[in-house]
Amino acid sequence: MKFIKIQDCYKVYKNGVTATAGLNLEISKGEFVFIIGATGCGKSTLIKMLYREEKPTKGKVIVGGIDVAKLRNGKVYKLRRKLGIVFQDFKLLPKLTVFENVAFPLNSMGLKKSEIKPRVLKALELVGLKEKVRSYPNELSAGMQQRVCIARAMVNSPKLLICDEPTGNLDPETSKEVMDVLDSINKELGTTIVMVTHDKDIVNRMKKRVILLDNGILASDELKGKYKAHETV
Amino acid sequence: MKPFRILFRSINDGLRSVFRNFSLSTASILCTTITLILVSLAILVSINVNSFTKDLEHDLTIVVFMDRDSTDEDAEVIQRKIEGLSNVDSVEYASKEVVKAEMMGESDTFSAIMGSWNADTNPLQNEFTIKVKEAKGLNKTAKEIEKYDKVDSVQYGEGMVEKMVSLFGVIQKSTIVIVVALVVVTAFLISNTIKITIFSRRNEIEIMRLVGTSNFVIRLPFLFEGFFLGIIGSIIPILITIYGYMFAYDKLGGYLFSNIIRMVKPTSFVFTVALVLLAIGAIVGMFGSFRSVRKHLKI
Ligand SMILES: Nc1ncnc2c1ncn2[C@@H]1O[C@H](COP(=O)(O)OP(=O)(O)O)[C@@H](O)[C@H]1O
Ligand SMILES: [Mg+2]
Repeated sequence: MKFIKIQDCYKVYKNGVTATAGLNLEISKGEFVFIIGATGCGKSTLIKMLYREEKPTKGKVIVGGIDVAKLRNGKVYKLRRKLGIVFQDFKLLPKLTVFENVAFPLNSMGLKKSEIKPRVLKALELVGLKEKVRSYPNELSAGMQQRVCIARAMVNSPKLLICDEPTGNLDPETSKEVMDVLDSINKELGTTIVMVTHDKDIVNRMKKRVILLDNGILASDELKGKYKAHETV
Repeated sequence: MKPFRILFRSINDGLRSVFRNFSLSTASILCTTITLILVSLAILVSINVNSFTKDLEHDLTIVVFMDRDSTDEDAEVIQRKIEGLSNVDSVEYASKEVVKAEMMGESDTFSAIMGSWNADTNPLQNEFTIKVKEAKGLNKTAKEIEKYDKVDSVQYGEGMVEKMVSLFGVIQKSTIVIVVALVVVTAFLISNTIKITIFSRRNEIEIMRLVGTSNFVIRLPFLFEGFFLGIIGSIIPILITIYGYMFAYDKLGGYLFSNIIRMVKPTSFVFTVALVLLAIGAIVGMFGSFRSVRKHLKI
């Protein structure tokens, strides 16, 4: 049984827009997958279905054995605790320190301070920011802020890390830092990573599996794939 | 323990929100305070009026005078009819001989005059003394009895007392309407305050959802916020109820409206009223926030 299984998946929004149209996709445990394609082709919609921000209109989306479409609203949090999510716009809380931001998921689960601290420090070590625990987000560079987000996503030791254009706001140099962190998480912890990106250089350099969407349809799916000339947006 | 840590954090969060949105919280708290002061007044006044009308009702009697040619058999028939009326508490029959004997026992003068009367010359009438259950129906009951055969006339309570009782009834009903309206307004205001808190914390809420915080844990602090708004709003009304009533009782010497109404002693019942106010504050607050949370914190 594959870790992520998407079968004949359609997503039609209330306004009538069809964002995905009959997707079939399987992703194994420990894979690192890029999802690329033009703006509006359904990349974000696809990963939103993985963390049940959206429900498929038709077809199946199964993540770690959980049938997302059948998951009741009140149980969504159980799925979310099993995965980490990273966004382009960080979504850090400005009034909390780096430590408190990373501790946020554990705190809201009601864990003990003595349980929280080692896990937060471990996650911050993973992204190389252990010495920044007392800083506030606005005192950090954009690349560091994104690494704090990755630490927060990893603090629950999820099996799956979902990233929606995590380097979209970063310059090439900082993007590379962030990609190195993601690569080491994938290699060392075996965490499955699904990452939406527009960044040609990253995709071409990393030589990972690349899934290309075109108007909600799977256009190509290549191991060690690359951006091709005509696909640049 | 996990649940206790979550509970404690939610209480802490809820309290902090009350002070963070201070101006809005103040509006909600003030509204709660005004409402509860009125509720308290309404409760205190009705308790007093109720005890007063109970006193009155206890003393209210209808005296029925029979026709002079009525017999003991007639009296039996009428007694049964009167006992059948719903507002009648007790009926007592006294024949004119009994009345005469009672009156003679009361004074020597009566005794001297009445001593010469015999059964035929006794000018008194056979009579019933009736106690009613409710002052409100006194009039109707008396009119009903007056229609009976062999009944000469009836005498009953003074019109003033009845008018007062019915006036109190009207006042009580309109107070209830006003209080209910105010409670609704308060719930809306609290609900609005919570809505603002929800909006001001929407980033935090979004992140909570994304990192897998359960709905219950997300919602709990907002419920506590409403709860605290209601509780804080009930403090002044509670003090007014307890100390204000004791003060008024002392000042007025235990009577309202120049000795007409005896006030209920400020014993444990003021604390019961205070508890009721606290409960209303807490429930209205939680209801207000529940409304907001249901509407604005959907997942
Ligand atoms: N919540 C929504 N309601 C309606 N239409 C949406 C919504 N989200 C996305 N869309 C539409 O669905 C299509 C795919 O969007 P999206 O998945 O965000 O694309 P991408 O991430 O590849 O740019 C677009 O046409 C977009 O306008
Ligand atoms: Mg997108």
